[in-house]
Amino acid sequence: MTDLANPAPEIAAGEGTAGRSLWAVAMMRLRRNRAAMASLVVLVLMALAGIFGPMVAPHDYSEVYPEFVKVPPSLAPYPQQDQIVPAAEEALARARVEIASIEVGGGGVTIMVTSESREIDPRITRYLDRSDVFSGSEMVEVSGDGLSATMRADVRELYFIAGTDANGRDLFSRILISLRISLMIGALATGVALVIGVLYGATAGFVGGRLDNVMMRVVDILYSLPFVFFVILLVVFFGRNVVLMFIAVGAVEWLDMARIVRGQTLSLRRREFVQAAESLGVRSRDIVRRHIIPNTLGTVIIYMTLMIPKVILLESFLSFLGLGVQEPLTSLGVLIAEGAKNMRNAPFMLFWPAATMTVLLFALNFLGDGLRDALDPKDR
Amino acid sequence: MLSYALRRLLGAIPTIFIIITAAFFMMRIAPGGPFDQERTLEATVMENLNATFGLDRPLWQQYGMYLGNLLRGDMGPSFIYRDMRVQEILGEGLPVSVQLGLTALVLALAVGALLGTLAALRQNSSTDYAVIAVATFGITVPNFVVAPVLSLVFAVMLSWLPAQGWGEARQMVLPVIALALPQVAIVARLVRGAMIEALRSDHVRTARAYGLPARMVVLKHALRAAILPAVSYLGPAAAALLTGSIVVEQVFNLPGIGRYFVQGALNRDYTLVMGTVVIVAVFVVVFNLIVDLLYALLDPRVRYD
Repeated sequence: MTDLANPAPEIAAGEGTAGRSLWAVAMMRLRRNRAAMASLVVLVLMALAGIFGPMVAPHDYSEVYPEFVKVPPSLAPYPQQDQIVPAAEEALARARVEIASIEVGGGGVTIMVTSESREIDPRITRYLDRSDVFSGSEMVEVSGDGLSATMRADVRELYFIAGTDANGRDLFSRILISLRISLMIGALATGVALVIGVLYGATAGFVGGRLDNVMMRVVDILYSLPFVFFVILLVVFFGRNVVLMFIAVGAVEWLDMARIVRGQTLSLRRREFVQAAESLGVRSRDIVRRHIIPNTLGTVIIYMTLMIPKVILLESFLSFLGLGVQEPLTSLGVLIAEGAKNMRNAPFMLFWPAATMTVLLFALNFLGDGLRDALDPKDR
Repeated sequence: MLSYALRRLLGAIPTIFIIITAAFFMMRIAPGGPFDQERTLEATVMENLNATFGLDRPLWQQYGMYLGNLLRGDMGPSFIYRDMRVQEILGEGLPVSVQLGLTALVLALAVGALLGTLAALRQNSSTDYAVIAVATFGITVPNFVVAPVLSLVFAVMLSWLPAQGWGEARQMVLPVIALALPQVAIVARLVRGAMIEALRSDHVRTARAYGLPARMVVLKHALRAAILPAVSYLGPAAAALLTGSIVVEQVFNLPGIGRYFVQGALNRDYTLVMGTVVIVAVFVVVFNLIVDLLYALLDPRVRYD
């Protein structure tokens, strides 16, 4: 009985110094780490861009503009002034009319056309509308004999602030959607690895004995396998869907987690509160769930933040090889691979995705390191 | 030592066996086959093809045959490259990949150890911070970003070096750098940490007290201890170089074995994929063994009897 009475004053003292919980201290330490805080801001912005960006982006990530293939990034709208006239000529090339003059002005073009033999069909304005450059075209005036006419069309202003890709799709929108994919895979595959790793490690550590030996021996063997090769095989052979990617990537990354959680569990297992739960007859499964796993969370979170960039990297690696996300959906790995193919005439196609990837990975790594420093109980 | 090496090699056999078995059955369970093309072949042609390559037999028989042939050094005929044995195809690419990988590995160890030592000797100086920055960059930025960017800057924009091809020394520069950079970063970080510790250790203090020249103390006494973590990283590094070379060989268009792995898997070229898997498995196992043996050489406290 006296044993039970002892811990009470300590608890009271703990409550007396409010706001000094593990998490509060960790947050305080994290706030002092400038690189980590900057990374956090960058990550939040990137996550918001990934979640809401594709909804508000001016272009759909899969919309193709055949007139604007591999146009360089520009803050000015496309078409540029000197592109309008050739675009109009090209659009009307199949209308079988002579173009007398093309005037650009007032947010649109006025085109005078003539024909020598046939009457001008007013429906030729459709040729203009079909082009990405023009919209709302109309016949302003047709001369009495029908051999000359004036047309007007608005010039559609399109902004490609990061340029377009080899198919004429807006690169900025594609980077936004690939951010969404990368972050989603990062979060979900890490989740898979987390669940497998934590359950496996906690079970091995808690049960101990022969089962522990066998389970950790299995982890050792898996460790020595060239796992990335198996992931490639798995993804190639069983179709390339995103769900499989989560499982494949998660299945590779859980090994570290299992080892760490097992180590933690081994030390937790001998603590009084676990023994107390045992002596009260709590089932093993519930002890693991209620007492062991919650107490490993701090360490688990540290390794989780460091695992996310690894997972994103693995996904991008697979996508770079053409084994990951499939068109028209895209991911940073796909964009970088496309950029690498087109870097001779469109270097921006490599630059922007590569820069995005670099910033993302830096932010994740800095935040992970910052969290590790903040949560590390050793240098408190 | 020798008996330990032999024992380790024997112990590696189950690992390689597991890898081969897992790859073999995973590949066969998967849908699709090597002769599925856009144009479907006639039934009789298909039957003949399957009979020629032994695909009409039960799976376990095929597995047994493959293992039997493998023990005799035959990796079987390629399904896609007609009239080629897998060992011939891989034999052509292997020297390229090995040369690339080993050069990158040596470079990574040398440069990484140098940078790490410099950083540790001048801890918290600007040199130290520069090395940390390079290391962070190298670890963070994957080689499928580094390789195309290097190619863009040095081959396309500056035209200093060729962007692709194999054979000349000049053509090796960019691929080797792209492959080595992440490893340089990791080795530098490992060596820096271990060197800082080693410089404070008793045996280094003793060497200093004897009045040995500073260079000798660092190179002969401290570095020997400081290189240990980097050496134990060699095993994972070998695996990383192998997967990295898939990317680098693709970007720089090199005739190594990396491309056969992805291409072979996409084409369902069963024997070719198995061939690459066997080679990778052997590499990883051998490197892990080398690491353990090197450990004994470098650290007199480690003994294998």
